[in-house]
Amino acid sequence: MIQMLNRVSRFFNPLQSTTGAGQADIPQAFMHPGYSENMHAASGQKSPVSSREQSLTSSSQKTRVTSSEQSPDSSGGKSADPSAGKKSRMETRDLTVTYGTTIGVKEVSIPIYDKEVLALIGPSGCGKTTYLRALNRMHDLTRIAKVTGQVLLDGKDIYHKDVNPVNIRRRIGMVFQKPTPFPTMSIYDNVIAGLKLVGIRKKSLLDEVCERALTQAALFDEVKDRLKQPGSELSGGQQQRLSIARALAVDPEVLLMDEPTSSLDPQSTNRIEELIHTLKDHVTIVIVTHNMQQAARISDRTAFFYVGNLIEVGATNDLFTKPKQNQTEAYISGRFG
Amino acid sequence: MKTMLQRNIRDRIMESLLVLSTIIVLLPLVIIIAHVIIHGIGAISWDFFTQELGSPSRAMQGRPTGLIHTILGTLVVDSVALIIAIPIGLGAGIMLSEYPDHKLNPLLRIMNDTLNGMPAILKGLLAFVLIVKPMGTFSGLAGGVALSFVMLPIVARTTESALMSIPWSIREAGLAIGLPRWRVVLSAVMPAAKFGLVTGILIAFARAAGEAAPLLFTSFGNNYLPNHWLGMLLGPTDTLPQRLYSLAISPYTHWHDMGWAAAIVLLVFVILCFATARFLTRQKF
Repeated sequence: MIQMLNRVSRFFNPLQSTTGAGQADIPQAFMHPGYSENMHAASGQKSPVSSREQSLTSSSQKTRVTSSEQSPDSSGGKSADPSAGKKSRMETRDLTVTYGTTIGVKEVSIPIYDKEVLALIGPSGCGKTTYLRALNRMHDLTRIAKVTGQVLLDGKDIYHKDVNPVNIRRRIGMVFQKPTPFPTMSIYDNVIAGLKLVGIRKKSLLDEVCERALTQAALFDEVKDRLKQPGSELSGGQQQRLSIARALAVDPEVLLMDEPTSSLDPQSTNRIEELIHTLKDHVTIVIVTHNMQQAARISDRTAFFYVGNLIEVGATNDLFTKPKQNQTEAYISGRFG
Repeated sequence: MKTMLQRNIRDRIMESLLVLSTIIVLLPLVIIIAHVIIHGIGAISWDFFTQELGSPSRAMQGRPTGLIHTILGTLVVDSVALIIAIPIGLGAGIMLSEYPDHKLNPLLRIMNDTLNGMPAILKGLLAFVLIVKPMGTFSGLAGGVALSFVMLPIVARTTESALMSIPWSIREAGLAIGLPRWRVVLSAVMPAAKFGLVTGILIAFARAAGEAAPLLFTSFGNNYLPNHWLGMLLGPTDTLPQRLYSLAISPYTHWHDMGWAAAIVLLVFVILCFATARFLTRQKF
């Protein structure tokens, strides 16, 4: 059984062996010990997760665990909310977004804890992107979009009339589905755009930030000799990491990611997932993904959306192994969506 | 079989009609260029580009005459028009494209289209009321203002479409790193659209440079070269389209020939603008 799982895992993710060394570098704190344990246990039992998903998720988790030599925690099999005890960084209260008469999301209340990865999953058109964009006032640009309810950042409503959305977006960065390097700017200028264009001119500081952000985004080594070349000449995966570096350069406290890997090949996807694991050290991440395996791999907590409603939110592990709602179970076991 | 034949004939007829309309479209251009060059080339000389026109008797006495004051006047008046129309036109274009949610936007769109469709001579009249009357004299400045009214709506519309061609995601990316909206437009969107923007300005410029009607009672015309270029700005000034008209309705054959030559200069000027615009749009990255 295990052998077969390994073969399946290699089939779906041929890079596993080459990136194994990189994963060993990831500090223990970033692994979700109880998580893999549970997944293994589930493989023998009746489980809502489809067998293909199971083999994918469990095998990728397994590699991580083996590379970290089975930390003692992993035997505990704890399935409690991994964010328990963490303080809430952001929170939405009865957040409703409407487009004219269409409801995007309806009365969604989720606390987002400090330095966690929250994944938003659900079928297309379920409102997960709409919800994400409400978190840094991206809906301000769309006249017909109307946001009601509260989005709290450190206890303060970001939709309060005295709040300047520009300041909010400095603290809450965003990475989009498609890579969006500024077409006429060099790699260097792209990364530091958020600083340079607001008047920071000190070259030593900009150089430092550029290197730091590119390193964080795991792109520095690939581009360090051609920082002056146009950002649009990079490959798709590199452009996406450039977009992430640009978002990180302004040192956001929260990073929103809207299906950041959906247009990327498996290798680039893998790199960005590793990146999310490392970033969690100092940034709170909310990520929309339509890939449930990805949600399972990278997130601490998962929220399931369906036709504009939040169906369930909880520790990723719990949500995938013992969902409380029938709709969640139906979705993650592949019966719809 | 018969229907097949009928279809073939019908196809042929339709195709010939299309070819015919193409020829009809191209014909006036070819005729104008050929006619103007045949008639005007003889009047083009060194004097033509170095001397002022002077009184009709000057030509009749065989003294050197030319249109240097007209060419310089055209440059001054057109520069004034560009200086006014580029910033305001770009601003209006940015408003149309980047602030679709602003409450003034629909009004601006309607007014801009109306201004674009308004007869050019009425724009001259407006400049007459705004500039000539208070100044008490015809001037190159008034001519430039009149031409800027011709350019403005064109610059605004071409700017709008050039900016709209840049994906919306670029703007969101800019906003997402905490840049204010205007900064995103200036530093990320406009550089990406720069070829479209330049093309639009050149097309508007070529259109305005060929207008005679708005200049008739604004820059008015002048047979002599002022001592100083400020004289062109603040006093009656000659421009190519309006001089072309004046020469054409004059009763002197020598002046008629100069009119054709002026037409050549105007044609080359305008065609150069269009060619530059076309060339720039090809330089896509």
